[in-house]
Amino acid sequence: MADGATPVLNVRDLKTVFKTRSGSVHAVNSVSFSLNPGELLGVVGESGSGKSVTMMSLIGLIPSPPAEVSGGGIDFGGIDLLQASETELRAIRGARIGFVFQDPMTSLNPVFTVGYQIMEPLRKHMNMSKAQARVRAKELLELVGIPDAERRLSDYPHQFSGGMRQRVMIAIALACDPEVLIADEPTTALDVTIQAQILELMHELRAKLGMAVIWITHDLGVIAGIADRVLVMYGGQIVEHAPVRELFKHPRHPYTRALLKTVPSVRGERAERLEVIEGQPPILRAEPSSCSFAARCPFAFERCLAENPPRFDISPGHDAACFYDFESGAPRASVQATSVTEGAIHAG
Amino acid sequence: MLHYTIRRLLLAIPTLLFISLVIFLLLDLAPGDPMASIPLTVPPEVKERMREALGLGEPVHIRFLNWLYQFFIVEPQVAWDHIFGTDFSEGKQRIISFQSRSPVMSVVAERMPQTLWVVGLSYVFATLIAVPIGIVSAYRQYSWFDQLGTFVSMIGFSIPTFFSGVLLIVIFSVTLGWFPSIYDTTHKVTDWPSFLFQIKQMAMPVFVLTLYNAAQVSRFMRASMLDNLNQDYVRTARAKGMSEKVVVLLHVLRNSMIPVVTVIALGVPSIFGGAIITEQVFQVNGLGQMLITAIYASDAPMVQTLTFIFAVLIVLFNLIADILYGILDPRIRYD
Repeated sequence: MADGATPVLNVRDLKTVFKTRSGSVHAVNSVSFSLNPGELLGVVGESGSGKSVTMMSLIGLIPSPPAEVSGGGIDFGGIDLLQASETELRAIRGARIGFVFQDPMTSLNPVFTVGYQIMEPLRKHMNMSKAQARVRAKELLELVGIPDAERRLSDYPHQFSGGMRQRVMIAIALACDPEVLIADEPTTALDVTIQAQILELMHELRAKLGMAVIWITHDLGVIAGIADRVLVMYGGQIVEHAPVRELFKHPRHPYTRALLKTVPSVRGERAERLEVIEGQPPILRAEPSSCSFAARCPFAFERCLAENPPRFDISPGHDAACFYDFESGAPRASVQATSVTEGAIHAG
Repeated sequence: MLHYTIRRLLLAIPTLLFISLVIFLLLDLAPGDPMASIPLTVPPEVKERMREALGLGEPVHIRFLNWLYQFFIVEPQVAWDHIFGTDFSEGKQRIISFQSRSPVMSVVAERMPQTLWVVGLSYVFATLIAVPIGIVSAYRQYSWFDQLGTFVSMIGFSIPTFFSGVLLIVIFSVTLGWFPSIYDTTHKVTDWPSFLFQIKQMAMPVFVLTLYNAAQVSRFMRASMLDNLNQDYVRTARAKGMSEKVVVLLHVLRNSMIPVVTVIALGVPSIFGGAIITEQVFQVNGLGQMLITAIYASDAPMVQTLTFIFAVLIVLFNLIADILYGILDPRIRYD
């Protein structure tokens, strides 16, 4: 949207509800965003903010029941993913949209060889013969930096270390040259040195292959190093959206500001005491009718409890869902609907 | 794997020798006299000579070594002679039953088919039915199918075969008269009507045992499937765009079968052991029934030999289960 290119993925007003016995939980509330070709979109937020559910909802990977996508539209290259049949979705999953998950130790099937698991999508989506798929699988392992690829194809997952398994997961995700790669906390379960290696690998792969990436994490440090644009999620909503530098320089939502203060600074003489965001993220029993961060927000005033703030434009490509204007240091005068997020306005 | 198998087989030899000794000593210590059923009019000195004729006059270790010699040398020679028409076993003493004075192994060979047909068939049926039921129950957890499956399994599991067997006899033999209540072992299948009769007389015992075995295996299968359905690799398989059929019947099933195969393999020796109670209820004179009669008659050689054969089978199928485990689960290697 910022550079005028046609987005590969356009999500409007996505809502996902978990219907449980003790009532429904609104995990994703009117989320709208778009993903441009070749860009890396970071999605941050604490546990339970709806990051993963949002991305799993895109492509029908949430367990249904109990989860149910109750509204919105997702445009992926002219196809509305929410209207698509399971068969159509299956043809997209793994072929045009690849996934990397959090825990590489459990994400691979222990009883099949790594080669078999990489070849599976190749044979299904690209109609490759066994021999062709094997050649491609070997290339993929080399691409993600696994030495001695030919021999490693016939190894089982338990013969790989955590970092190597995550490389295998990335190889599987990239097998069919997807347009979009969704990485759900791919480095969270890895130790820091391995994490750095995986980030390095992603940098390289993106330069080489040019796919768009959605990178879900709760680690702002990772986001700072890798993302082009960032979505900050809270309570199943996008509370702030900005290019990465802008977000770190001028955070405009109290939640983003609080998040940034929880990260220790490497520079700086003696780090100040890290701040803690008091309280817990809300469990939404109904669609939010007030700002979901209000209870934990030092800037909250009456309006925050009466209305759910829409996303206000701050500057081109930067918007924040907050009634408080940090530039003037005072509450905003009135509702200004923004062009990007028309669908996201939900006042009650 | 080959090394492991050979090592295990070699280790099985001392185990089995020890088992045979324990069985022998237990039987020797047990009260009971093979002469007890001889009429009281037979004078004690005659009884004593009969006892000696059975070899009971010898000390324990001689009798045990005799049995070992007969079981491991003579009986295999007899089997060999029988198959190849040689005469290695010529004039050698076989293991003789105290009751019938006929060789134990001949009686076993005679009874084996009944047991294998009734109990073996029920085991095969149970496995074939239980595995799909377990898969569907887990995949559609809490559906009406699952609820029904759980209910039926609970019944199969908790009602003993001596009750369900008698219940079936009362309903289908006594009241409705559909099936014979007694299994006719001498029945020969020669034509279509006699085949139908064979099916009819097998129906009830096979059903009772199938219900019992299927209840166990399907519960196991369901639990194992449920364990695996929520694993991360299942999500990965779906994210790769695999169809539900591939996800469930390839990715999940392959993992779920590991414990279930073990359970099924470990259950196989019990087929040969016969379903003692069920055979008794339906008067199937298979191995189980034979063992009971032999125990009543203090027929030590018969009990010793049968029990030892069961022990061999149990040791063997334990090994088979372990090997299958290693084949199915690449994380387990025995070298």
